[in-house]
Amino acid sequence: MTRLLLGPFNRVEGDLEIALDIDGDAVTSARVMTPLYRGFEQILVGRPSADALAIAPRICGICSVSQSMAAASALRALYGVTPTRNGVLAANLAHAAENLADHLTHFYIFFMPDFARAQYSGQEWHAAAEARFKAMKGDAAPAVLAARKRLLEIMGILAGKWPHSLAFQPGGTTCAVDLGRKTQLISILRDFRRFLETVVFAAPLEAVLALETRQALERFCAGEGAAGDLAAFWRIAHSLDLAQLGRIAHPLMSFGAYREEAGPLFASGLFDPANGEFAPIDATLIREDSSHAFLRDGPEEPARARTEPDVDKPGAYSFARAPRLGSGQRFGAGPAEVGAIARQAVHGRKLIRALIAEHGGSNVFARVIARLVELAAVTTAAESWALALALNEPFCAPSPVEGEGEGVGLVEAARGALGHWISARQGKIRNYQIIAPTTWNFSPRDANGEPGPVEQALVGTALSGEGSRAAAVQHVIRSFDPCMVCTAH
Amino acid sequence: MNESAFNILWLQAGSCGGCTMSVLEYGAGGWFRELETSGLRLLWHPGVSEETGDEARAIFSRVESGETRLHALCVEGAILCGPHGTGKFNRLSGTNRTVLDWARSLAAKADYCVAIGSCAAYGGVPASDPDPTEASGLQFRKARAGGALGADYVSQRGLPVINVAGCAPHPGWIMETLAGLALGVLGRDELDALGRPKFISDHLAHHGCSRNEFYEFKASAENLSQLGCMMEHLGCKATQATGDCNQRGWNGSGSCTRGGFACIACTSPGFEDIRDYHHTPKIGGVPVGLPLDMPKAWFMALAALSKSATPARVRENAAADHIVVPPRIAQRPKT
Repeated sequence: MTRLLLGPFNRVEGDLEIALDIDGDAVTSARVMTPLYRGFEQILVGRPSADALAIAPRICGICSVSQSMAAASALRALYGVTPTRNGVLAANLAHAAENLADHLTHFYIFFMPDFARAQYSGQEWHAAAEARFKAMKGDAAPAVLAARKRLLEIMGILAGKWPHSLAFQPGGTTCAVDLGRKTQLISILRDFRRFLETVVFAAPLEAVLALETRQALERFCAGEGAAGDLAAFWRIAHSLDLAQLGRIAHPLMSFGAYREEAGPLFASGLFDPANGEFAPIDATLIREDSSHAFLRDGPEEPARARTEPDVDKPGAYSFARAPRLGSGQRFGAGPAEVGAIARQAVHGRKLIRALIAEHGGSNVFARVIARLVELAAVTTAAESWALALALNEPFCAPSPVEGEGEGVGLVEAARGALGHWISARQGKIRNYQIIAPTTWNFSPRDANGEPGPVEQALVGTALSGEGSRAAAVQHVIRSFDPCMVCTAH
Repeated sequence: MNESAFNILWLQAGSCGGCTMSVLEYGAGGWFRELETSGLRLLWHPGVSEETGDEARAIFSRVESGETRLHALCVEGAILCGPHGTGKFNRLSGTNRTVLDWARSLAAKADYCVAIGSCAAYGGVPASDPDPTEASGLQFRKARAGGALGADYVSQRGLPVINVAGCAPHPGWIMETLAGLALGVLGRDELDALGRPKFISDHLAHHGCSRNEFYEFKASAENLSQLGCMMEHLGCKATQATGDCNQRGWNGSGSCTRGGFACIACTSPGFEDIRDYHHTPKIGGVPVGLPLDMPKAWFMALAALSKSATPARVRENAAADHIVVPPRIAQRPKT
């Protein structure tokens, strides 16, 4: 038995360290460590409640709008404000732009460069992967970064700037859109569609969204979409059997994404990969376990928890807590996996449920496919939101700032379920707690000794004689697209 | 590999990663191509480099030993000195050393040391009350000289830390500063007293604000999303904050004030300590923070005069979220 320490683990957002116990060539146990603590929950306490809209987004530069949306949503509950219809649409559009940019950045900048590594030089696809995806040098990057830049012009129109905008308010958004800006939004989304349809999929978005089975996906990648980067990934994934890698079967959880009149675009709930069943999520049951975190123990309900660091705590190995579904939840009280795969499985997207069913759980291949499919689904939805903006109607309802009591904001960031719990008295924040998506996926062990999702997904991974440089480990970890700055905040 | 390239090592400290997300947007052909165009080479960057784990540590070791020339150390994020000066709130993963320790060691080797963003410059949001992590900038703690490297630090080329302040900074601020260093045109005289490049900080965020007519007539927005000036009621600090923010496009065509919310002075040390960002503190009905360099009596007199002269169009539009009274149609421009 040997122990390997991996770090700095890069091409993820933020700081990550991984400890692996190895027996022979396989991982027998993993510990995921979040080595950065900034104290946002301590900083928020005592401030005027509306200041959460300035401070909370600064937790994260890659999912800043998601943090804004969660804070605005929690304050909405606290203040009793209803956002305007335009405000909801504009916030959806900006949130979509962030999430689409995140998925794109993950695929091209964070995840795919590992297939260009020299250790794959014997593979028949390696030369093509190196030419296309090599970190900073691959020929995909210029067009991808240009498409990302163009997409983020949505932020310039709706949110002033990105990251870190104050445009997202309980009553809506702060920048009304005139006719010229509306046409600009539509043009930007059409440009993004063209980029997806030529570069990522090499096929219409509707063809991607029509795929319902693994077999249909394979036919697509060998046929209509063969020239796209999705197909390039599929060929590599098929060759390396990435559907067998990083498998776990925890309940998949989503808080529901993008507000529409009839309910969220993507449903909220839990999906159990073991039997393919859906159940509603009861967020009041969620608990955060601090047993292995460098944080003092205390109440485990997010609405009651306090955050006090203790770097010398015995048995602790991460600044992250361990969120758990909590007893009474339909599919058990333990860990849950979140992210695009959870969002799409919960929502009932047939292709993603089929890829999960085939392997009895989520896996590296299905996680990446879920993100790519979401690029298509969110882009088409965003087009409809831009068209629906009503130019002469208000964007932001006035809002009091003296709310008393408690509020919860549950949203979906690109990486999954994000919750903010606020309580306020006389306009000041008494307590603020955040559970971020990667806190779920990259949680440490809990008091029962049960490891978090990634800790379990790494077990059994074969290192192919490469030790700490094994690409398989990189694939498993990056398939979750961790955002470590959010994780311990 | 271009041997004459300007080597950059990029560290993330107590950071949100937003400065990297910002600079990743730079350039029509993408950031990587722009780096090449500017003669800049990333030795390693936590977000984009292939090298991970021991490969990355080897790069750090070669810089630390002097084997690899380091032209610029870029640090993104506050240096977390806590608890009790140990730096343990932020270890560089895989190294069993704190980022505080790494930053001091690498800064000693660098021709130039660049703080990317207000956190690395002054402490930023992590340094906000109660400052739970003893967060500091590289050479300032808020506006006080000192910081993690100390007030006397100078880089190998004799410069103090160059502070590209902003939360997050405009991508152009980051890249133009680095390109200026690589070209050898950014010297000590190009920095202000807080270490900020003057090509950015010689301007106020207010300069070029699209709400200028509302400002001139003191026609104020009372609620967010309204078109009027945000200085009187909504906390806008653009007349006090440095930066050419409104002379550039952010994400294409944006800026904070164009986006309908107040400037919160994110380029200034201590912006994190403001309370009630969207509320203007006043004494006797007069805003506490008046435009920089403007004598108070003159400001008061001109404001009173402007208010009495405000055209109905400006007054009514100030309190609406879209134009309700258009400018009168001139038959033809007067010559």
